[in-house]
Amino acid sequence: MNSANITAPNTDPTTSAIVCIRGISKTYSGGFQALKSINLDIRRGEIFALLGPNGAGKTTLIGIICGIVKASSGTVTADGHDTVRDYRAARASIGLVPQELHTDSFESVWSTARFSRGLFGKAPDDAHIEKVLRDLSLWDKRDAKIKTLSGGMKRRVLIAKALAHEPKILFLDEPSAGVDVELRHDMWAMVRELRANGTTVILTTHYIEEAEDMADRIGVISKGELILVEDKKVLMKKLGKKQLALTLRLPMTRIPAALADWSLELTDAGHTLVYSFDTQREETGIAALLRALGEHGIDFKDLRSSESSLEDIFVSLVHQPKQALL
Amino acid sequence: MNLQGIRAIYHFEMARTFRTVLQSVAAPVLTTSLYFIVFGKAIGSRMGDIDNISYGAFIIPGLVMLSLLSESISNASFGIYMPKWAGTIYELLSAPVSWVEVLIGYVGAAATKSVMLGLLIMATARLFVPYQIAHPFWLIAILLLTAITFSLFGFIIGLWADNFQKLQVVPLLIITPLTFLGGAFYSINMLPPLWQTITLFNPVVYLISGFRWAFYGVADVQIGVSIGVTLAFLLACLTFVWWAFKTGYKLRS
Repeated sequence: MNSANITAPNTDPTTSAIVCIRGISKTYSGGFQALKSINLDIRRGEIFALLGPNGAGKTTLIGIICGIVKASSGTVTADGHDTVRDYRAARASIGLVPQELHTDSFESVWSTARFSRGLFGKAPDDAHIEKVLRDLSLWDKRDAKIKTLSGGMKRRVLIAKALAHEPKILFLDEPSAGVDVELRHDMWAMVRELRANGTTVILTTHYIEEAEDMADRIGVISKGELILVEDKKVLMKKLGKKQLALTLRLPMTRIPAALADWSLELTDAGHTLVYSFDTQREETGIAALLRALGEHGIDFKDLRSSESSLEDIFVSLVHQPKQALL
Repeated sequence: MNLQGIRAIYHFEMARTFRTVLQSVAAPVLTTSLYFIVFGKAIGSRMGDIDNISYGAFIIPGLVMLSLLSESISNASFGIYMPKWAGTIYELLSAPVSWVEVLIGYVGAAATKSVMLGLLIMATARLFVPYQIAHPFWLIAILLLTAITFSLFGFIIGLWADNFQKLQVVPLLIITPLTFLGGAFYSINMLPPLWQTITLFNPVVYLISGFRWAFYGVADVQIGVSIGVTLAFLLACLTFVWWAFKTGYKLRS
């Protein structure tokens, strides 16, 4: 993979883009460059996970698409509308759940959701608001003042507000932060349902297993640059490494020279021999390795294999993007 | 035009007023009643008429103006400052609303509240002092114009302020002194000539004078000048807000 693959606009007619980001850069007034010429297409109806360490520029990028932050250069279209020139149509198609729990403390759940629908230009529709609140298990709390709710419930309120105007594109900025397991499951079930109904979902998360579980495609952003955009399955396959760990009967101090052809390392004070292999190659080399071990009288009592998770891939991408992509 | 958006903002702001009815309505009515008791009744009974108007009646336009200005500013400045402070401004910034719609919603609600309050204070005053209104149409027109203009000014203060102190500084340290020195309690014709000239630089003089003309048909300055000055200030505020939204001033980074 090279950078051209990352930045090339989507030209595949079967997967039309709902959000097109072209050459977006952002330099804040203090001189800090948060984004460096980002190009990205989000496909209609997909779940796209944007991963990146803190301060990588994820929230700035979302802010630019939603109209909260002004880009220094570049253009964004949402559902075919330029987010600056044709901001009304563009913003009407977007729902945003921000990272921070910003809520109107003294408003009730019901009135804050109705307010959001009106603000986005939609006529009142109490049946829709009721459905959203029921889906988010907020119906019983509809008359409660927001300040009386727990952090997790406030997160649900923000999601209800974002869904009140039936957006085609939903941004979830760190939706799992401070949320208990039950709500996380509810939330992801709801996200799947939204996707099934045609809503495009773009999420940022620190819980990489969530991205691994939920997303169709993954984008990795680091230091203001989009270093990778890939189909999740392809990414896992391409960058996934498998390891075979052998627990030795007798510890070794060094790897015998005869085994130098295999990519081996000793861990656990010489008790474990780890063999890394590429899942893409036809021959894993495991059978030959086991034969060689037998020939050299190296006995083992246990063996297990493991596959690198998206988290491992993410860490290696962010720290050594060039090596990881080669 | 996003009419639903305007309606949502307007209702949100009006609901805020009714939630804090003691603070937003009862407190100003009580304060003004105290003014009438002290200045209108207790002290006023020992004062001579000004321009053939009893002192108690003379101070009504000034007192209504005092509440109208301070309430318009505080309602509108709080209205836009609170979402900034609480972070909920993200929703307004990401919504399909133009600056004109945002203004109609916030300034319209703030002006509605202060006009309601102004009428309430006039009704309260009637309990203490008998008065007649010479030009009812102009009274309502000036009431509306002043409420809208100063709500707009309050909106600007709310945009500018980045802490609660700044929010209070302008109403307390500028508007209140200007109103007291703007002829609320006296006719500027009672001042020495030099001070009369200096007073004409105080914009509140034009508001109170115009309002008093609507009540009693007497004024310190020409009614046309009063309305002209207020309109000019309205225009200046509108230009600033247009510029603020265009550049993202303290709203969009």
